[in-house]
Amino acid sequence: MDLNYTREEQAFRTEVRQWLKETLPHELREKVRLGKRLAKADVELWHSLLNARGWLAPNWPRAYGGCEWNAVQRHIFEEEACLAHAPRSLPFGLSMLAPVLLAFGSEEQRQRFLPRILNGQDWWCQGYSEPGAGSDLAAVKTRAVRDGGHYVVNGQKTWTTLGQHANWIFCLVRTDPDAKKQEGISFLLIDMNTPGVTVRPIVLIDGEPEVNEVFFDNVRVPAENLVGEENKGWTYAKYLLTHERTNIAGVGFSTALLTTLKHVAARVTSGGRPLAENPHFAARMAQAEIDLMAMATTNLRVVSAAAKGQAPGAESSMLKVKGTVIRQELTSLLRRAMGPDALPFQPDFLDGGSNAEALGPDHAAAAAPSYFNMRKLSIFGGSNEVQRTIITKAILGL
Amino acid sequence: MDFNLTEERMMLRDTLRRFLADKYAHENRRALIAAGKPYDTGIYAGLAELGVLGAMFREDQGGFGGEGFDLMVVFEELGRAGVIEPVLPAVLAGGLIAASGNGRQRGLADEIIAGTHLSALAQGEAGSRYDLNHVETTAAAEGDAIVLNGIKTHVLYGAEAQTLVVSAREAGAAADAAGISLFLVPVNSPGVTVSGHRNMDGIPSATVALDGVRLAETARLGAAGGGLEALEATVARGLAALCAEALGAMEAAKDLTISYLKERKQFGLPIGKFQALQHRMADMLIEVEQARSAVINLAGNLDQPRGLREIHASAAKNLIGRAGALVAEECIQMHGGIGMTDEYALSHFARRLTMIDHLFGDTDYHLERFIALKAG
Repeated sequence: MDLNYTREEQAFRTEVRQWLKETLPHELREKVRLGKRLAKADVELWHSLLNARGWLAPNWPRAYGGCEWNAVQRHIFEEEACLAHAPRSLPFGLSMLAPVLLAFGSEEQRQRFLPRILNGQDWWCQGYSEPGAGSDLAAVKTRAVRDGGHYVVNGQKTWTTLGQHANWIFCLVRTDPDAKKQEGISFLLIDMNTPGVTVRPIVLIDGEPEVNEVFFDNVRVPAENLVGEENKGWTYAKYLLTHERTNIAGVGFSTALLTTLKHVAARVTSGGRPLAENPHFAARMAQAEIDLMAMATTNLRVVSAAAKGQAPGAESSMLKVKGTVIRQELTSLLRRAMGPDALPFQPDFLDGGSNAEALGPDHAAAAAPSYFNMRKLSIFGGSNEVQRTIITKAILGL
Repeated sequence: MDFNLTEERMMLRDTLRRFLADKYAHENRRALIAAGKPYDTGIYAGLAELGVLGAMFREDQGGFGGEGFDLMVVFEELGRAGVIEPVLPAVLAGGLIAASGNGRQRGLADEIIAGTHLSALAQGEAGSRYDLNHVETTAAAEGDAIVLNGIKTHVLYGAEAQTLVVSAREAGAAADAAGISLFLVPVNSPGVTVSGHRNMDGIPSATVALDGVRLAETARLGAAGGGLEALEATVARGLAALCAEALGAMEAAKDLTISYLKERKQFGLPIGKFQALQHRMADMLIEVEQARSAVINLAGNLDQPRGLREIHASAAKNLIGRAGALVAEECIQMHGGIGMTDEYALSHFARRLTMIDHLFGDTDYHLERFIALKAG
């Protein structure tokens, strides 16, 4: 066994770090560092910078403009990007839809949509969940009825992350209501500017409209926007979910968060001394760090197996459960570290729309909202309960 | 032993519960906050009329209650309904005025009980975190005046109050126990600047700057330099109120979740049929009952000597912090995404429970304090 990265991997890390240092704009870095909300333009800027370097699509084939990084390289990049306080690139087009188009789409669809993802022309969102179909994804009810050269779509999607910025949505729709639950579902690409599409933002517990409801009222979608075969959408959906679950452990995010937490705990005082020296708080921070150190290795074990071509199966469920628990604990500790300064709700400061001064020290404004926002980690992408069921069935055979 | 409420308290509880069920729909509260209003003055007047404020004070203070169990009964109901109207300041600032004030100052307590005057406690500072004794604001004699200088932070309802009860140091270093006095400061005094904001849980709060605020000697509340003792005793009452409020919020969150587990179907079954959720709900129920007991312990020991009172104060606040986090986090998780929406009441209870942990000492702070009090 060798716990060290290879020379090539280390060289790659240095290259990534150097590039981030030279390229990531200071203002963007500060927004991410302080937990401020990113505007659409911020995300688009970050995508364009990555695209200019050829690093926007880590897992795509070179032929389509990707860089064909293996799982270890992707992991290194994610970690460096998090530590540099770079924004997260949007997964919807890049790492959810694109793999499905590459595997199951037509060459026409690839030629039409992939370049537009890279150059920022399209902002994709995901139309999977419905009010009655969250973790029980196969319960989707949104109907698509074939009418000549079109599908006519009626129904509702929900929890559509950043759908307010999107111009395209990939949806699971029911094309055969009489088939068994998992059969009769199709994978359809819908232009959100089509008449009959309505987006309604949902304000969440942290005060942000991060997710949306999307309504379809007799929306006519050209049949050429069907991906793969009709009624085979469940297969594509499952394939997409395995891609959604790469980097699910969020080791990079947690490592960056731990760095912030230590920085805060060293500066905030409690009873006249730094919080980092408070035995009780120090113990909790240390436990989180110990868990994270092991998590990073668990993650690398799965990642390096994946780099050798073994697809992560139920292991990704373990990464999801443990990774999200650790990340939630770190946000909880950061909130607690702020003491009374976690109380004020400061949307103006977080939005960065005005020159509002923050109440309290650095990081205070985002501490409670981030803690609340991160409650989603154990709910979305298949709740942690669903992951545990997968583990019990797939690994334990119970 | 008798764990039953007296008839008077049961009546108070039932009347208050009916009033809130009738007037305090979640939708109204949300609309109020969305409109940028700190709270509903009509509801507040209604609460005063019901005697809710009077129940916070003893008979010799002009009220008709004032015991720990009165606080418990009232605040549990306020927590259950998610009330944002300023009853807590009546316990804190009002309690200090009633307990330490001279004859003239106590006149204010009557107005507070009537709901016609709002006084807020300005005790915290940027460097104090949760320590009541950490006071850097100074009160210096200048001729026959006292001059206050300093900045008070996280003053609950500070921008809505007409007077502030301000802790300031007349002698000693920043973290000394002695030398702290309390002052009644009208907010329209020259040199007082109040900047209001809203907290994560919708409660209005403020930062108060005191820049050469000149007061008469008669503005001092209680003995010079002896403010900490009074402050600590009153904050213990405030902790009892907050813990009872958290208990009410936990009960409400728990009830919403039980209903949801029965209604919401996934994989063809109501999700409450899944054992993974059943056991967690059972654990939550146990913790909420523990929380109730901790509140009872504190409420019943508020009038005991300092040592015993504070041990129960820290014990209750520690346990409530733990139980509150568990209830907030588990209820959200069991609801799934809907539990995270602003529109749904649960997220408001979760925010309040979480933010109560950040008031007057969190679960870690009170664990350490409990250890120290036990050792002492």
